[in-house]
Amino acid sequence: MLKESASALSPPSVAVKPKDGWRRASLVLQYAVFPVTILLLWQICSQAGFVRRNVFPPPSEVLSVWFDLVTGSTDAAGRYSGTWLDHAWASTWRVFAGFGWGVALGIFLGLLIGLTRVMERVLDPTIQVLRNIPVTAWVPLSLVFFGIGNAPAVFLIGLGAFFPAAINSTHGVRQVNVTLTKAARMMGANEWELLWRVILIAALPSILTGVRLSMGIAWVLVVVAEILAVRSGLGYLLNDAYLFYRNDVVIAAMLSIGVLGFLSDRLVILVRDFLLTWNKRETFGGEN
Amino acid sequence: MGRISITSATKRFETGASVVTALDDVSLDVQDRAIVTLVGASGCGKSTLLNLIAGFETPTDGQILVDGQPIKGPGPDRGVVFQQTALFPWLSVEGNIAFGLTLRANRGKADRQQVVERMLQRTGLAAFRERHPAELSGGMRQRAAIASVLAINPSTLLMDEPFGALDSLTRSIMQDFLLEIWEEQRKTVVLVTHDIDEAIYLADKTVVMTAHPGRICEVIDVNLPRPRRYDMRSEPAFIALRDHVTQIVRAEAIKDTAMAAVG
Repeated sequence: MLKESASALSPPSVAVKPKDGWRRASLVLQYAVFPVTILLLWQICSQAGFVRRNVFPPPSEVLSVWFDLVTGSTDAAGRYSGTWLDHAWASTWRVFAGFGWGVALGIFLGLLIGLTRVMERVLDPTIQVLRNIPVTAWVPLSLVFFGIGNAPAVFLIGLGAFFPAAINSTHGVRQVNVTLTKAARMMGANEWELLWRVILIAALPSILTGVRLSMGIAWVLVVVAEILAVRSGLGYLLNDAYLFYRNDVVIAAMLSIGVLGFLSDRLVILVRDFLLTWNKRETFGGEN
Repeated sequence: MGRISITSATKRFETGASVVTALDDVSLDVQDRAIVTLVGASGCGKSTLLNLIAGFETPTDGQILVDGQPIKGPGPDRGVVFQQTALFPWLSVEGNIAFGLTLRANRGKADRQQVVERMLQRTGLAAFRERHPAELSGGMRQRAAIASVLAINPSTLLMDEPFGALDSLTRSIMQDFLLEIWEEQRKTVVLVTHDIDEAIYLADKTVVMTAHPGRICEVIDVNLPRPRRYDMRSEPAFIALRDHVTQIVRAEAIKDTAMAAVG
């Protein structure tokens, strides 16, 4: 990627320069054409009256409601005016609390299963069965058990985050190149060194793939949990606005969840790229 | 140091109901500081034999002694160079070469930085010290792998088709590189290959093996003068040896296919 743009930016002669500007413009166009078309169609459909404005408000309206939701300055969002930060914060910390315990436990047990045959026999069958129960099916039981509040939300999110982290950690350990572990043992590595200096590092790309999936699931479940179990958060805002027939707020809440989910994913990618600089390197030539 | 004596080594693998005899009653002595090459068709047990000496596998029957001691698993006295280069992709060339010396088992063995520096110079990789394995060519990668093994200063080098994945030009350069290192350090070398030219060019002794079950067919003394030079390959003595080994390997391979066709 870097290499490509570097060669594109250093053309052999000055005469090629205008072409370069065209290339950039065409790139921007390629990125913009799809979202802009959707927004335009949406705006036109609402304004032309194909759908009722209060059922499906145009993007311009959603944007102004969203603005008031965040700033509380125009009252466009009515009773929800200026509440965005509280809801966003409530959702975000629930996601990270659930994600935190789910991923930590998932990686720990996943590694145990991958590393020892005994733990595989003890834990793996149970996890494989539980994995097939959708996390949403745990909602009634967790409400009965934890009551209404943060506890069931954090429980459900963690449960959902647990499985991808666990399964990918197990997979990561199992697919470590045997030649590498053989080489380390040959050089005199003991079990501890083999684990910390070879197996865990080699398994890291797979573990982090699991972590990324866990983050995605955490944002799905925070909405489910907030619709059913708590009275704050973007999921609650979304559901409450739906009950009060404020579809503009509903859409603003949806988009907010999308943006925060996207940013969380970026955060995981940032951590991954920091830990895995070695995994991105290009292969020299084409040889093995 | 590095004398290997193998007495009636047998290795059987059980896979479900069937038992495969990979090695059948193999006896062989490898002299101190000699280069012995194992050659033969695939399935002749040459890699199995190497794995037994390395300590990755234990013989079903028989005994293998290194310097009079039975083998207790893999260890830094027997450095292994694999066909699929065993470099850690997350470490630079320098980091890979230093890896063995950072292990507790080798602590205080040598001044790490000094050894790494010497190995980088010796393998011509000094300019590539910061590179990661994925950024090296096949030949450079194998040199880095050899350097990382030599860094722990093993008395024996066990090489499993180390140049098998390289193109023929790079391969012949790597053979000369290995011989140069050997002339300097005189380690015992056991090298597995399916390339008959390579087997003869490098060896003091070439062991020809046959398949199903894996047995030693003939041990040939290669009395070509050392140091070896590339042009020796066109000399009559070399050609005679090559023809001889080729005949045995071919005859065995043909017999093997015929047997497979019948039974």
